[in-house]
Amino acid sequence: MASNAENPTGHALIERSTTLLFVLTLLVVLIGGLVEIVPLFKLETTVQPVAGMRPYSPLEQIGRNVYTREGCYTCHSQQIRPFRDEVERYGHYSVAAESMYDHPFLWGSKRTGPDLARVGSKYSNAWHLAHMVDPRSVVPVSIMPAYAFLKHRDIDVEGFGAHMRALRDVGVPYSDTMIAQAAADIRAQASGEETEGLLARYPKAKTGDFDGQPGRVTEMDALIAYLQVLGTLAELAPPISGEGS
Amino acid sequence: MAAPERDPLTGYSTTGHEWDGIKELTTPIPHWWVTVFLGSCLVALLYMWLFPSFATTTGVFKGTLGWTSEGQLAEEMAAGRAAQAEWRRQLADTPLDEVERQPDLRRFAIAGGRAAFNENCAPCHGVGAGGQIGQFPALVDDDWLWGGSLAAIQQTVRFGIRSGHEETRDSMMPAFGEMLSAGEIDSIADYVLTLSDPSAAASRARLPGAELYAANCSACHGAAGEGGRDFGAPRLDDAIWLYGGSKQAIRQQIATPRMGMMPAFAGKLDDDTLRMLALYVHSLGGGER
Repeated sequence: MASNAENPTGHALIERSTTLLFVLTLLVVLIGGLVEIVPLFKLETTVQPVAGMRPYSPLEQIGRNVYTREGCYTCHSQQIRPFRDEVERYGHYSVAAESMYDHPFLWGSKRTGPDLARVGSKYSNAWHLAHMVDPRSVVPVSIMPAYAFLKHRDIDVEGFGAHMRALRDVGVPYSDTMIAQAAADIRAQASGEETEGLLARYPKAKTGDFDGQPGRVTEMDALIAYLQVLGTLAELAPPISGEGS
Repeated sequence: MAAPERDPLTGYSTTGHEWDGIKELTTPIPHWWVTVFLGSCLVALLYMWLFPSFATTTGVFKGTLGWTSEGQLAEEMAAGRAAQAEWRRQLADTPLDEVERQPDLRRFAIAGGRAAFNENCAPCHGVGAGGQIGQFPALVDDDWLWGGSLAAIQQTVRFGIRSGHEETRDSMMPAFGEMLSAGEIDSIADYVLTLSDPSAAASRARLPGAELYAANCSACHGAAGEGGRDFGAPRLDDAIWLYGGSKQAIRQQIATPRMGMMPAFAGKLDDDTLRMLALYVHSLGGGER
């Protein structure tokens, strides 16, 4: 190298000047940062809108919280990949818009149990209840733990508005009416009675006394309401003609 | 410092740094390494150029090859369908009861039906369709709630039972607990139990429940308990009890009836699969002509 102690050039010059080293380091970090961060500001351009999507009803969202708390995502993914074997078994592959109101998303990466992205409306409420209380009573080879205790845990019907306001702060479009009617909507969905308002706000919501305990709204009601809506909202065209979703 | 010191062994000069007599050489990175590194960068850029790689202000850079995972899936699906095209065409063109008489086509349909059954139906009806006592009906016997012909099975699979689908099979058994006294329900339960007992054929008409049964139950379940498929009303004159055959279970079913719900599979499964499912279920043992 041509560099020497009296007239440093190139790398030696940078190494010998703290200011120059700092400025050039900052420049490199800035370029790297811009390349990584700027596309994120345009992330919404990669999400193709899909008809039919709506925020979760209060009861479904509570069920989703139970699902998250119990760690269901550690054994069940919610993401159907665009491969023939998956599409033949589970239905249309998952699209980004289907997770647009998910905080956090629960795609998961491990399938000890089956994928649940489109489990909604696949089985009856009675099946889900029997399966949660004792999985082996309906699926003899299942290794899933029993969740019978959810039947005995009442949910806080009146206090859920605050949770919805928090979700609104991170971008879920809950209206003031939705938040004000949260308690009524929870009772309507878990009883199947007086559901007009609920169904106007949350079309296609499954209603009924999910846990077989009229008069009580438990975490079992919430979890089954959530499972029964999974994958049923998005109106997606079949992957190829003649193929159901 | 004059000309930098040269290491006699390697021929490279030193950096002039020295720690406890150990000096640092300015050995350059090997050529092969630099070549591989720059080559990797080029491949990465080429990959970004060819395939969808980054978000833009208006959407996504799609890549010059036009490759998408959706497109690849469509090709795989089309290839899979093409391999079965002839069988599927025949299946679609042949009335279901004719399929029964064509062994090869029947084998194709039953194999597809079994795969779809195990994924979609077995959780409730059981692998092999033995049902689950107290929960979900068996499909291997000839005791059908809504009919066991190919057409009837296909309709049930397509539209479900109390599924909410607009063409669903639907009926409701009234909760007699709100209409009859506990004693009356007790009498009816006693009477219902005799319907499946041939030795009681002559004596049962004298039971106090006989008149109550005729007034409240016979319209759907039949005068002799032969069942009513128009309403999905089960037979009461056989020994098959979906929700239990003890007097207590029957009394409970009269007072606060449980009614099964089956989802509609039209829209979830394609038309070919629905037909295969009907053929498979029909083949399990209880299929009716």
